[in-house]
Parts: sequence; structure tokens; C-alpha cells
Amino acid sequence: MSGHVRPIGGALVTKPLKILLALFGAGAVLILYRFATGLGRVTAMNDGYPWGLWIAFDVVTGTALACGGYAVALLVYVMNKGKYHPLVRPAVLTSALGYTLAGFGVALDIGRWWNIWRVPLFFWRWNFDSVLLEVALCITSYMFVLWIELSPALLERAEQTSVPWLKRAAARTRPVVEKALLWIIALGILLPTMHQSSLGALMLIAGPRLHPLWNTGWLPLLFLMSCIAMGYAAVVFETVLASWLFKTVPERGMLASLSQAMVPLGTGYVLLRLIDLAGRGQLPALFAFDFYSVMALLEFALFMLAIGLLLRDADRQRLGNMFRAAMVFMLAGSLYRFDTYLVAFRPGAHWSYFPSVTEIFITVGLIAGELIAYILIVKLFPILTLEKRDAAYHH
Amino acid sequence: MAISRRTALRVALAGAAAALAAPVKAAAPIAAPADAVGLLYDTTKCIGCKACVAACRVANGLEPDTTWSEGRYHAPLDLSARAKTVVKLYDDGSKSSFVKAQCMHCLDPACANACMLGAFKKREFGIVTYDPEYCIGCRYCEVACPYGVPKFEWSKAAPKMVKCELCNHRLAEGKQPACTEVCPRQAVIFGTREDLLREAHRRLAEQPGTYVQKIYGEHDGGGTQCLYISHVPFDAIGFPALGEESTPTLQRTIQHSIYKGFAAPVALYGLLGAVMLRNRRKGEPA
Repeated sequence: MSGHVRPIGGALVTKPLKILLALFGAGAVLILYRFATGLGRVTAMNDGYPWGLWIAFDVVTGTALACGGYAVALLVYVMNKGKYHPLVRPAVLTSALGYTLAGFGVALDIGRWWNIWRVPLFFWRWNFDSVLLEVALCITSYMFVLWIELSPALLERAEQTSVPWLKRAAARTRPVVEKALLWIIALGILLPTMHQSSLGALMLIAGPRLHPLWNTGWLPLLFLMSCIAMGYAAVVFETVLASWLFKTVPERGMLASLSQAMVPLGTGYVLLRLIDLAGRGQLPALFAFDFYSVMALLEFALFMLAIGLLLRDADRQRLGNMFRAAMVFMLAGSLYRFDTYLVAFRPGAHWSYFPSVTEIFITVGLIAGELIAYILIVKLFPILTLEKRDAAYHH
Repeated sequence: MAISRRTALRVALAGAAAALAAPVKAAAPIAAPADAVGLLYDTTKCIGCKACVAACRVANGLEPDTTWSEGRYHAPLDLSARAKTVVKLYDDGSKSSFVKAQCMHCLDPACANACMLGAFKKREFGIVTYDPEYCIGCRYCEVACPYGVPKFEWSKAAPKMVKCELCNHRLAEGKQPACTEVCPRQAVIFGTREDLLREAHRRLAEQPGTYVQKIYGEHDGGGTQCLYISHVPFDAIGFPALGEESTPTLQRTIQHSIYKGFAAPVALYGLLGAVMLRNRRKGEPA
């Protein structure tokens, strides 16, 4: 491989960045308003639907889409496929940003946010029956683990600055981190395995209020399998997109293999779900063609479309096709999560929920912030493997 | 070049190992606390005067909910941050019934099961109480409660959760809950769960033609400390058909089998570390 991991460089403040900054700014103002007035004014959430867009998207779907770091780490370090190493840094970066966004999402969503520090520290109060406690502790730890996993890249760059103390500190810290890295990465695989499955288990407590098409003891495994597939999809999506934006040549073979890995994961998910539905006698409900059945069928259709796009070898050679399939996979997994958390939750006929404009704007603002951070970091730090197009053409 | 199917399967299995749902064991019936107290509500006695609703508001220092009375008086339509109890009317044209709603004080409360730091907890007399000190306002209790009881103060910048705590501040003074004290027909009465169950069975046996032969809460959802007897079917007056298992049972069984003694995560961590160490020594396969 002739690529080099290095900062993209170039102008930092570009027109797209300014647009993102404006969106982020609007979100930030609304966030201040939310903290000043409470959740009722800003969101459409209510006592029937106590969880809305912020939990279902920013946290539950967002962290699943941010499973690239987890999925690639499984491949590189557990399956020992070292050739995928160039994918690690960009995947870990998007994961770190995605989980950080989820952290902000939680901080916005909880009503009594000033008590949040008590959750990790008041260990004598921990309720070991609470799945949410496990999810909260796991996600918080994983957020730090991801930034530590990424830190060698940041430190490498810091070693090249002209600030002497920063240079010295970075040069001293990096070997320490790198020595411990293996055990940190192992933690970076363990933690998402735990909390991504627990995110599935979380909704089980709703009991009969969770629609039978989604209410199954296999929720943890279904969430886990789909999040790994979504992680690979997100890496393919991101790599292709970055190659278009930054005019680099993506490693087609590597992306093809990732795409291939999604096929058995997706198929396993679809089969497990069907077998579970059949076992619980819910197949008639799946084909009842009411609102719930249509939503569930739509999920199945998306998963099968994504798998179908990647079945043949030739289909996995075309970049555009892999890009499309990755998007459909991400969409399918996202819909599954939205359905489990919002659609399948039935608090009673007199309750309804659709996110308010301000709620949506705050989420958009957070995503804009995430994109700003991504752009700045890849421009300033050695994250992406670059192989300029013109150079590649001479091979 | 390509990842083999077997490898991809191993990826899935490595992750799945810790998440495998264990078969669910039949849960043993939950025993009520020895000092359990509660309410018994009888639909045949309630005249819908809502004295309990007014008394509850005063006893608990709640702001009046005047949304539906053009600002005039406390007239809540449903439980809310301003109403720990409400009386609703069921009417299908031929039969009608009032029904009082408040916290059921479950023997195995889903809210307490869900609560991260135990802000909701079953304490003295088996009453499910709330301590805002340990609440971060995540509202998982609202997701969990099968009766839709805990409510959130949506309009406040510093919100709390609100629900009936069986007037435990009044019990401490030797009084009974405000709702049972003011009820002119004793449609809702206060007592130990044991006494209330005995009384309920007595009424069912005495007037078998009047009542549906069931005490809601005796076994439903694992059992509750607030009990109901009714002359109309329970589903008509808004009670969910929960079966005898408490709603947190499935989740707790799965979660506790995976995380028993935290052995599986520790083992998986060790395994991951060992595999990665071996991989590093071996280097990349050809």
C-alpha cells in the first residue's frame, strides 16, 4: 500500500463549514432556551412518550451508527486482519464523535442534569437491576476509551508542533498510551458488546406496552448483530464519502470485504427475527398489514434490499453500489431502533408524539457540531490514509 | 482478500456470546412485605364526588390543574405532575363505573427496577417512595410503569417526578391517606394488604352476582398493594391484562443471566486480550 496517514490540510474555514457553524449556533441558542425553561416548552415529549427523538436518534441510533470503531476493531484485532488497519483511525474518530454526541444528547434530555455526576460516583446507590444504569456507565466509559484509542493520532501531531512543552508532553505520553493500547482496545470491544445489546434489553421493561412484533427476549442479540452491520456500513459510507470530498482513492478491495461481512450479519439478523416471530406465533401479526405490520415489513424490506445489493461479487466491485448498500443498511438499522423505541411503544390511544421543530433543530445542531469537529480533526491530525488521485493513476 | 463467511460468523459470535438470551425460568411468586399497607377501591361504592382528588392535592401541596375548568378549580383529566390521583368515568351506554387511579404500589415495581440510583424504592410499609436527591430525570420509570403512573414536571426547569406515595408523610403522623380519610362512601379504604384482601374476598363471596370474581392486584403484574374490585370488567376501566408475572421479570432474568457475578464480561475481556496478544505475537497471517 502506498498511502500515507497524514492530515488533509487545506483551508480550515470553508463555505460548508460556515453553514455548519450557523446550524450549530442555532442549535446552541435553543439548547440554552431548553435549560432555561424545561423540556415541555422545547420538545413534544409528554408523559405518554417520555422518550423522544433525542433518545431514539441521538443516543440509540447515533451510537449504533457510531459502531464503526467497534466493528473494525473486531476485524483488525480479534480476527487479526491487519490489512484493514488504515480504516481504524477514521472509524475510531467517527465513533468517538458519535458517542460524544450521544453524551450531549443525554445531558440535554435528562430533567435533573445537575445530578448526573452522581450516577458514576455514587456506587453504593447503584441499582444492579437497572439496565439503564449498565448502559449509562458503559457508554460513558466507552466514550473515554474511544478518545484514548484515538489519542496516539492526536499526540503524533502534537509532537510536531513548535510549542516546546506540548511537544515534550506529547512525546512522553504517547509511548505510555501505546503500551496500554491493547488492553484499552480490548475494553473498546467489550464495552459496546455490553451496551449495544443492553440498548435492546432496555425496552423489554415496557412489557405489554411494547408491541409483540418487537417485544422479544432476543432484542439484545438483534440489536448487537445489527449494530455491527451498521458499523461496517458506516465505515464504507464514510470512506467513500471522504474519498469524494477530499479527492482520494479509496481502497476498493477493503470496502468490498467490509460490504461482504455485512451480508451474513444482516442475513443472520433477518433469520433470527423471522424464527423468533414464528416461534412466538407472531407471523400473522407481521402480515396483518396494519400500521405496525407495515413498519416491521418496511424494516425487513430495507434489510433485504441492502443484502440483495451486495450478494454478487460483481456488485461488490462497484463503489457506487457499495455506497448505496451501506446507506440502506444504515437506514434499515436506524428504522429498527426508531420502531423499537417509539413506534412499538404504546402508552395508550390518547397519547401521541412527533418531534417538535425545536427538538429537531437541536439534533441538527448537534450533528452539525459533530461534522465540524470531524472536518477540523481530519484536516489537522493524521487520521485518513491519503493517496492522491493523480498519484494513484500512475500505478 | 475477502473476509470468509466463517470469519464474519466468528465476528458475530464473538459479540453474541455475552448477549445470548438465557431461557427464562418461571419466576417464583413475589411475597408482599410483612408490613405492606395499601388501598382497596370498590367501584360499586364510588359516586364520583372526587373529594379524594381535592383532598390529595391539598395533602400533597400540589398546584391545581385548572386546564379543563377554565382556570376555576382543580379538575385533572388524568394523572399528571399536578394530580397524584384522579377519578375517571367509564360509560358504555348500559353500564357505567367510576374508577380511581393512583400508584398501585407494586410488589415488584417496574419503576424501582428501572431506576439507576434507586430514587424510586420500596421502603417502609412497602410504599414505593421517591427521593429526588438520586433522580436525574431520565424518565425510564415512565417507560417502565405498566400503569403509566409516574409523571414528570415538563413545564419546570428544575423538574421532579410526581406520584402517589400513599401519603407516607401522613402515616408518619398516625393518620391515614387523605383520599381514604375523606371518602364519604368508603369506596376507597386503607389497611394492611392482608386485611384488604380478606375484606375484598368477603365482598366477592357475599355478592357474587354484583362483582366480577377477581381482585385486581392480588396477583396481577406480580401483585400490588392497591387492590380493586369491580362490577364491570377490569379492561373496561383501564386495567392492563398483565398476567401474574411482574413486567420487569423477562428483562431482569435475561440481564442477570448474562451479568451474573459479572463473570461473563470479565471472561470476555480476558479472552479478547488473550486473542489480541496472540495475534500481535503471530503477526499478520499471510
